[in-house]
Amino acid sequence: MRVEVDFTMKETLKKFVAGLELDTRMLGMIGALVILWLSFNFITDGRFITPRNIFNLSVQTASVAVMATGMVFVIVTRHIDLSVGSMLGLLGMIMGALQVHILPQYLGLEHPLIWVITIVIGVGAGILIGAAQGWVIGYLAVPSFIVTLGGLLMYRGAAWWVTTGQTVAPLDSTFRLLGGGAEGTLGADLSWLLGIVASIAAVVMMVMSRRQKKSHGFKLKPIWAEYTLGAIAVALIMGFVAVMNSYPVPKGAVKRIYEARGEDIPQYAVMHGIAIPVVIVFVIAIIMTIIARRTRFGRYIFATGGNPEAAELSGIDTRLLTVKVFALMGALTAIAAVIASARLGSVGNDLGTLDELRVIAAAVIGGTALAGGVGTIYGALLGALIMQSLQSGMAMVGVDAPLQSIVVGFVLVLAVYLDIAYRRRTGH
Amino acid sequence: MTQANANSTPLVEMRDIQVSFGGIKAVDHVSIDVHPGEVVGLLGHNGAGKSTLIKVLSGAYKRNGGEIYINGEKVEIHNPRDARAHNIETIYQTLALADNLDAASNLFLGREITNKLGFVDDDAMEAETRKIMGTLNPNFEKFSAPVSALSGGQRQSVAIARAVYFDARILIMDEPTAALGPHETQMVADLIKQLKKAGIGIFLISHDIHDVLDLCDRASVMKNGKLVGTVNVDEVTDDDLLSMIILGKKPGD
Repeated sequence: MRVEVDFTMKETLKKFVAGLELDTRMLGMIGALVILWLSFNFITDGRFITPRNIFNLSVQTASVAVMATGMVFVIVTRHIDLSVGSMLGLLGMIMGALQVHILPQYLGLEHPLIWVITIVIGVGAGILIGAAQGWVIGYLAVPSFIVTLGGLLMYRGAAWWVTTGQTVAPLDSTFRLLGGGAEGTLGADLSWLLGIVASIAAVVMMVMSRRQKKSHGFKLKPIWAEYTLGAIAVALIMGFVAVMNSYPVPKGAVKRIYEARGEDIPQYAVMHGIAIPVVIVFVIAIIMTIIARRTRFGRYIFATGGNPEAAELSGIDTRLLTVKVFALMGALTAIAAVIASARLGSVGNDLGTLDELRVIAAAVIGGTALAGGVGTIYGALLGALIMQSLQSGMAMVGVDAPLQSIVVGFVLVLAVYLDIAYRRRTGH
Repeated sequence: MTQANANSTPLVEMRDIQVSFGGIKAVDHVSIDVHPGEVVGLLGHNGAGKSTLIKVLSGAYKRNGGEIYINGEKVEIHNPRDARAHNIETIYQTLALADNLDAASNLFLGREITNKLGFVDDDAMEAETRKIMGTLNPNFEKFSAPVSALSGGQRQSVAIARAVYFDARILIMDEPTAALGPHETQMVADLIKQLKKAGIGIFLISHDIHDVLDLCDRASVMKNGKLVGTVNVDEVTDDDLLSMIILGKKPGD
């Protein structure tokens, strides 16, 4: 009797999961992340899963996460970009020199336009460098591994030349907000508002998608599945906001911020809210997901990765596509450079060192297949978060730096092996 | 070929086409043509140059010499986009499907249906795919799976659907039945007859003489990159065709 009950329970659960039509691979990754977090939380006596640490994790992940979304496209088209870490260093250095040494000469220090001009020029430079690499790869047919390996060396050298190796500081104060920190957050009220808007948007999109499917007469998900998914989405969004809104800003920082604004220092606890770089990550993730799924450009990226010859025969200009993919990667690297340098408040010559490996690891752990054709943006974000959780967690536990590297390397190989085993079993 | 056709302007004429890879002449001064509503078979051993010749027409290969005429007008075909613009559709032997994408994405690859905002409309494409599959291959059901999960016959029907859906005037079929079972082969044969009735000109590449005898009006035979000759199918026996393929001899020579 007991066995039968268990059996039907299992069947019901299976049906429930199948009805939701979720990506089981993604569920596996979320499971891994949860186990990781719970383990670290246990080892550190509850210091890991705290609003403070989750806030820090979200900010630390941001720069790599932004680049990982672009790396998905690069890897899906069967290429690789080893240059992003050095490119981040060079772009960070260019933007640093612009806002500290050059623009203040014309506009004056702390001019409100400095951060905008800096970012526009930085992103432009990123697009240019990326497109140049893409052109060599696409039109001159030099393997991306070589081109970007060359880039890795060249950009790190070029970054040194910008200021002959001197660290650039202090960065423009508005620019620094984009890196997070006590000032660089939305604050509690705006965070709630953003959460509510995002929740409504998620529900509206689900309803619209269901309507469209219905109008074509397609088979629909059971309505309970839609409600469950909607509830999960809203709970995740609002839950995240709630956590960010329960991390108080330290008293000293509150005093500093309100004095700078010329306002009275509040007596209640001021909460951080969502960090600005995290908002940037979400916006980019949404845009990149739309590009991947709903634009011709995205469709051609995946088609080219799946079968380059077929893509070519279908009239897709795969060479130009390569240029565009690398240009996009360059633009995202520039945005990542903004976040990384703004967070530190200065640009040193080693900014972004080894980031290419973190970014590639995030994309690959997130399910992007190096053979091309397969990868998701949300997977790359989860991959970035897993990598950062692992590193922060080990640092918190007090694992020696060399051992940290060993563990991260081991996990990377293990994750890819599990992915291969999973694909073999499910036939995807 | 009927006598009425003999004097009319061909739908497509490939004149004196040459293609060489390095020093090897893969296609050596070959001319072929097809009229509306006609099926022309291209026969020859592996490596005879028939696929290479036809890939010049579909824009996949660049020619080193020769001209292409459509309805008597000279046209330039430099890439697959040019060919598609002239309503030349190709079913490749390799099928040329992106295995990681679903049937609808493959069918509309390069010609996606977009909504008012310019975004790809997957639901509309799936609806269209369901319609055309309903007539081509009613057993087809896996609309949301990547085509790698489909059987050989189902993949073939996706490739055929892609060629037929966009109002082809000229259809190139490179070994369309090579991977198919008897039932599906019959399906393709029926389709060819149907398309022929609709006035489409078809080049059928095959190494199966019986396919060609059954389905084609004329047959052009190639050997070592050269055209052996073009014959009316009802005027030759399978032995004649065989000796053209193997010995490179025209009947009566």
